[in-house]
Amino acid sequence: MAEPILEMQGVTAHYGRIQALKGISLKVFPGEIVTIIGANGAGKSTTLMTICGIVRATAGEVRYRGEVISSQSPDVLPARGLIQVPEGRRIFPRLTVSENLDMGAFFRKDEDGIRRDRDLVFELFPVLKERRRQPGGTLSGGEQQMLAIGRAIMGRPTVLLLDEPSLGLAPLIVQQIFRIVKSISEENKTTIVLVEQNANLALNLASRGYVLETGSVVLEDDARALLENPDIRKAYLGE
Amino acid sequence: MTRESRRAWLTFAVALGWFFLLLWPLTGIKADGSLTFDQTLAIFWRVAAAAAVLVVFWRLKRKGSFDGAGRGLATARAALARGISVVPAWIWWILLAAGALSYPLLTNRYGQDVAVTVLVYICLGLGLNVVVGLAGLLDLGYIAFYGVGAYTYALLSVNYGLSFWLCLPLAAALAAIAGCIIGYPTLRMRGDYLAIVTLGFGEIVRIILNNWMELTNGPKGIISIPPPSIYVPELEPTLHFVPFELRKITYAYYVILGLAVFTVVAVHRLNFSRIGRAWEAIREDETAAELMGVNTFLLKLLAYAMGAVFGGLAGAFYAARYRFVNPDPFTFIESAMVLAMVVLGGLGSIPGIILGALALIALPEVFRGFELYRMLAFGGAMTVMMLVRPAGLIPAKRMGQRSEERD
Repeated sequence: MAEPILEMQGVTAHYGRIQALKGISLKVFPGEIVTIIGANGAGKSTTLMTICGIVRATAGEVRYRGEVISSQSPDVLPARGLIQVPEGRRIFPRLTVSENLDMGAFFRKDEDGIRRDRDLVFELFPVLKERRRQPGGTLSGGEQQMLAIGRAIMGRPTVLLLDEPSLGLAPLIVQQIFRIVKSISEENKTTIVLVEQNANLALNLASRGYVLETGSVVLEDDARALLENPDIRKAYLGE
Repeated sequence: MTRESRRAWLTFAVALGWFFLLLWPLTGIKADGSLTFDQTLAIFWRVAAAAAVLVVFWRLKRKGSFDGAGRGLATARAALARGISVVPAWIWWILLAAGALSYPLLTNRYGQDVAVTVLVYICLGLGLNVVVGLAGLLDLGYIAFYGVGAYTYALLSVNYGLSFWLCLPLAAALAAIAGCIIGYPTLRMRGDYLAIVTLGFGEIVRIILNNWMELTNGPKGIISIPPPSIYVPELEPTLHFVPFELRKITYAYYVILGLAVFTVVAVHRLNFSRIGRAWEAIREDETAAELMGVNTFLLKLLAYAMGAVFGGLAGAFYAARYRFVNPDPFTFIESAMVLAMVVLGGLGSIPGIILGALALIALPEVFRGFELYRMLAFGGAMTVMMLVRPAGLIPAKRMGQRSEERD
């Protein structure tokens, strides 16, 4: 197999004195969809925030394209292609849809490319085009999730980190969003790390999966194998 | 009587009772310890009657009694808007400029004095708006930069004879440096904590000004600061230029008018720039902004420094106008006043803040007739305005055109 594009080695992280990650190691290879599943508080979001440098790793290292990034400032990572869609969408509520998308391309200077990518996002999510002059906060939950994903696409990610895109959305919308995530992965060869509570959906989309429990990786396998694993079926698929 | 109207009158009664409780200690307790009701009741009945009339009108409006008049008003307003839009915008700008330029010719010294104060506060308000309105950082010590600007000009002109025009950029630069010094340790904090720390820093600056006798002459202040001067040509005996001091308040008005226009243009351009959008993103969600590749710390520091620049400019003008500075004007209450203008006018809205400064400086002047109670009336007016228009007098428009403009 090729070199991993993103790699965590024994990464720990703390909130004050509480240890949130207890030595996470994982590998993500170019072009694949990897999912991280686990219960509430298992450290899934913290893992993504540590990759992006928002939460500082207290030990271990995060490598991106072979380079250690765990000591770098978080604001340089999007320009290098590592972009996150954070949990709970976190769009800018009082900025318009257009402005939100522009913020996704904040580090870019190529006006023409930005305009093309905005058209691309509007093609992917036509509802965003209709509402481009509306403040982001006035969109529905599903539309906000689309905006958050669109905003990330505006930065032309090489690796896209998605944190619970299904959170609080109607099943039909969730399916639509997962279809689009799949198309992003297929068409742009974007590597995707998907954190999900909805293990069934995530494992059906992903090629490999990691299972997190209280800050540690307890299982790692092909997505298909995880789907058939009786322990996983019992713990995360409600059987 | 419907339930709704009963509720309206109940609210009215409760409000009046509350008003009486507030009013009586102010007017009914005499200095010699005796208690009276005459004066309180005299004021109270008038207010109660006026409020009752307002409630009746409001009830009638809710019932739709004024719908006919409302429609008429709406058509009139639409016609007016059409009339305004017929005249091109640049004519309005010229009229506004002509009004501003001819203002000193049409008013007396008092009117000019108030106008100068309003313009100073417009500069301060717009500067604070960069920090609070755009970047969303609550700064309760903003007036410190005003003080830094004032002392910069005072010290440099008195000790080294530097001209006002040279000191303006120096005051702005020093205020920006002060902003960075204050911002560097504080900007790691968020929300309430930042507010408290800025409050502390504002006080530190004032206390330094008060106690550093060798440099600032302490509470006695610095006197005989030269006013701004320009060189005017003179033909006799041969063509040469002589310095002309802009002593009169009329000249001061034009100087601060220029500074205010500069501030408005600069803040407007900042607002619509890429940096302005990043500031707004930080205000909305700092972590998300960081995930978009915004260097939040640097940009917050820049917001602080840019805000301080306008405070420094206004400060230099302050020193040149009064030709005297001491630490007294740079207290917390002034910071609060400027913040009130920004919030009252509308966070992030330039016309709103101009109106806010006008309202907060002009209102107390209007209420001067009330003497003792003018601050009460002022506070009441502020409360009512925040209740009726919580987003400010002129709320900031969402600037969705920013990205559209480029298309």
